[in-house]
Amino acid sequence: MNYQDRKIPAPAVNPENKAYFDAAFQGRLLIKKCASCGEFHHYPRAICPHCFSDKTEWRDAKGTGTVYTYSVLRRGVPVPYCIAYVALDEGVSMLTNIVDCDLDAVRIGQKVKVVFKPTDGGPPVPMFTPA
Amino acid sequence: MSIKGKAYLVGAYEHPTRKAEDKSVAQLHAEVAKGALEDAGLTKQDVDGYFCAGDAPGLGPLSMIDYLGLKLRHMESTDTGGSSYLIHVAHAAQAIAAGKCDVALVTLAGRPRSEGSSGTQPRSWGAAVPDGPFEAPYGIVTANSYAMVAMRHMHEYGTTSEQLAWIKVAASHHAQHNPHAMLRDVVTVQDVLDSPMVADPLHRMDCCVVSDGGGALIVARPEIAKQLAGKTRRPLVKLIGAGESPRGQSGGKLDITTSGAAWSGAAAFAEAGVKPADIQYVSIYDSFTITVLVQIEDLGFCGKGEGGRFVADGNLISGTGKLPFNTDGGGLCNNHPANRGGMTKVIEAVRQVRGEAHPKVQVKNCRLALAQGTGGQLATRHGSATLIFERV
Repeated sequence: MNYQDRKIPAPAVNPENKAYFDAAFQGRLLIKKCASCGEFHHYPRAICPHCFSDKTEWRDAKGTGTVYTYSVLRRGVPVPYCIAYVALDEGVSMLTNIVDCDLDAVRIGQKVKVVFKPTDGGPPVPMFTPA
Repeated sequence: MSIKGKAYLVGAYEHPTRKAEDKSVAQLHAEVAKGALEDAGLTKQDVDGYFCAGDAPGLGPLSMIDYLGLKLRHMESTDTGGSSYLIHVAHAAQAIAAGKCDVALVTLAGRPRSEGSSGTQPRSWGAAVPDGPFEAPYGIVTANSYAMVAMRHMHEYGTTSEQLAWIKVAASHHAQHNPHAMLRDVVTVQDVLDSPMVADPLHRMDCCVVSDGGGALIVARPEIAKQLAGKTRRPLVKLIGAGESPRGQSGGKLDITTSGAAWSGAAAFAEAGVKPADIQYVSIYDSFTITVLVQIEDLGFCGKGEGGRFVADGNLISGTGKLPFNTDGGGLCNNHPANRGGMTKVIEAVRQVRGEAHPKVQVKNCRLALAQGTGGQLATRHGSATLIFERV
């Protein structure tokens, strides 16, 4: 089954996550790294969820990773879509969709790269397609 | 301080309805409260503690307390989704042990079936939820969240759709004896595999029912429980262990095939002083077949990754299998009121310990039972709760 575009709800932008979605307008995927403990985390927070330091910094992610898990939702929705967790090369996983490909061919471990898809009245959001 | 032996389950009631188009949610709460009090042999005037979760309309417990006309000295509205009611039982025992109440009422009710709810619809907890902007755009719903756990479990451990199907098959064997169950037909592994794919790899029959209804529990101080048992000559249901554990995404360092049951279960077993092998009956939260499999592993009934082989070939069917589970038919076949299955898990465990389950599914001489709940979403954030009961 080939990917079809669907109406994507806009994310609720707030002061803590605004930089992330501003970067998305420029086609950049940001992730947070803690200057205190050195760990990445996602979704991004002002205070590190690992060590609770407030010295978290935005970094440009490489935008590449592998499929950690996925599922194609086929019933009860207007358009089937593939939800997934992608493990970024930086070592953290993010919830996303796999797009622009044959959804029946998605596999765990598959290499993917980021693309940005428009939302319904909000900033674009990062999704992934086979690399 | 331990809650072991500090409180007893003296009342349990499952609403017989599965579709309540002609009733309000508050009314269902009142009907199950009345049912549980009658089951216990107590009256509303005896209740001095009340527990409810997000299914109860109003600000926390306040509207329901006022609606029911309760006079209380203890109230609580912890909400961890479908596992809330197991946590309520544990917290009621803590409150009783601390002298804060003597008789606690726990209620659950809802009308998702009449209101057209489904596991393929998004659920929103408000614009301020920090994870929302990073999840809602991707269409996370109940079904595809649990499906991602199943997909990863299959990848890591070789679990198959046939093995998951055995969980539904076992539930259906039990549901055929429950006149109130929504789905009473016995199904086969092939029936499950032939049912439509909802969210890969979960078929429609891997998913629980959507039902209206509810249930209630009464938790009481030991002295009160013993007085009541003197009148009813029923076995006493003593709470001997409890555990609760939240689990989330760990800042993106995911391990979604392990649930909070690994911690809540260990805590409950330690408090009770028993081992998984001692347990004769289990109520295991069954929003989906995969939910059961993961929790059975994490509770230690088999090794991690061995759940598929453990549940296969009828091992969960009462009378033939080693670990009889969800003898009311569970959420998969009987009832999942308010989209929250923890209440009915406790109720069937109480029936088993009392020897009041249907004779065709009653575990012989059931002395130790465990109830396990998982609320929220297994793949994102969930609250796990475990209770262990002993017949005395």
